[in-house]
Amino acid sequence: MNINATLIGQTIAFFIFVWFCMKYVWPPLMAALEERKAKIAEGLAAGERGQKEQELAEVRAKDVISGAHAEASDIINLANVRAGEMIEEAKGKAREEAAKVKKGAEAEIEQEVASAREVLREQVSALAIAAAEQIIKSEIDATKHKTLIDNVSSQLGSA
Amino acid sequence: MSGENLTSSEYIKHHLTNLTYGQHPDGSWGIAHGSEAAKEMGFWALNIDTLAISIILGSLFLYVFKKAATAPTTGVPSGLQNFVEMVVEFVDDSVKDSFNSRNPLIAPLSLTIFVWIVLMNTMDLVPVDYIPHLGQMVGIPYLKVVPTTDPNMTFAMAIGVFFLIVFYSIKVKGPGGFFAELAFHPFPKFLMPFNLFLELVSLISKPISLALRLFGNMYAGEMIFILIAMLPLGAQWALSVPWAIFHILIVILQAFIFMTLTIVYLSMAHEESH
Repeated sequence: MNINATLIGQTIAFFIFVWFCMKYVWPPLMAALEERKAKIAEGLAAGERGQKEQELAEVRAKDVISGAHAEASDIINLANVRAGEMIEEAKGKAREEAAKVKKGAEAEIEQEVASAREVLREQVSALAIAAAEQIIKSEIDATKHKTLIDNVSSQLGSA
Repeated sequence: MSGENLTSSEYIKHHLTNLTYGQHPDGSWGIAHGSEAAKEMGFWALNIDTLAISIILGSLFLYVFKKAATAPTTGVPSGLQNFVEMVVEFVDDSVKDSFNSRNPLIAPLSLTIFVWIVLMNTMDLVPVDYIPHLGQMVGIPYLKVVPTTDPNMTFAMAIGVFFLIVFYSIKVKGPGGFFAELAFHPFPKFLMPFNLFLELVSLISKPISLALRLFGNMYAGEMIFILIAMLPLGAQWALSVPWAIFHILIVILQAFIFMTLTIVYLSMAHEESH
């Protein structure tokens, strides 16, 4: 409880502590705090920026999606129209083709019929000739017809 | 209780005696036994306990804060760093609130004052007998563990602040300006001696009030702890626990008051007249 030289010692210690604190403790702490403050501010700004960007992106995405919707419905409409056209076209083509095929078939049939007729005619004529041959064979008598044949051959020879 | 053979007044006296080293009246140097012997040593004696504990605590403060300051700092702060930065920000805010000029000394000064006083006051919360008893075991007869209950300690800091007040007053306003501030207010110039007397009293009352406020609070607190420690064992905790809890407030409050008044006084020293 007495005032003594401790007073001086403590005053010196006090100033040394203050000096040390001012020189080596305070500046790095403040620097760190400032740095962190700047970093946090930066982070917050970045966050805000990100949020804004996200909002923009959302708007843009909405635009893109609605555009895509419109385009898709356009495409579907167009496709429907085109499909109708194609069906019509195919139908026409098919009809044409069918007509062509039918015509060809008819022509072929006619041809077939004609050729069949020809063949028939030939066969019939051959048959007739054969029959005639048979008849002639049985009818012909060399003696009887000698004059006739001679006649013919003489005619041929004169010609 | 240390020593059942002591009477209670001896016990209290023992607890309130510093470990003083100085010259005995007979010319030999040594440790004073009892406060009367310490008084006889006159001014040139040292309270070794106050010096040692306060310097240990001050070094602890600087070590911890220096460690936090040099640790990697930019990322997410760890526990210690977080705590240190919280204290630093608190002090920095207090300085910014009440100190309007620019001076790189004020904030570190306030931090040192605040943390150092908190640490020294906190020694009060260590049960009153622990450290003195340990000291007795190793042969230290007297040990007052709370440096702020030694007026030497509080007056030393207050005088340090007083030096700074005078130094900055003269530095900012010039010797003439400082003298004018002391002599020409609050009354007109022809009442100069009276002004001077008033202003000098108010100037000197600053460190004295600083020192005595802290000393008085801590001394009274310590005294009550000692008185509680003399109660029978069963009753002690019923009183010492609430008092200790209340004392946590005082520990920090007194440090804060000392710091804030230091800032305010130095702020006044920096401002041009009234």
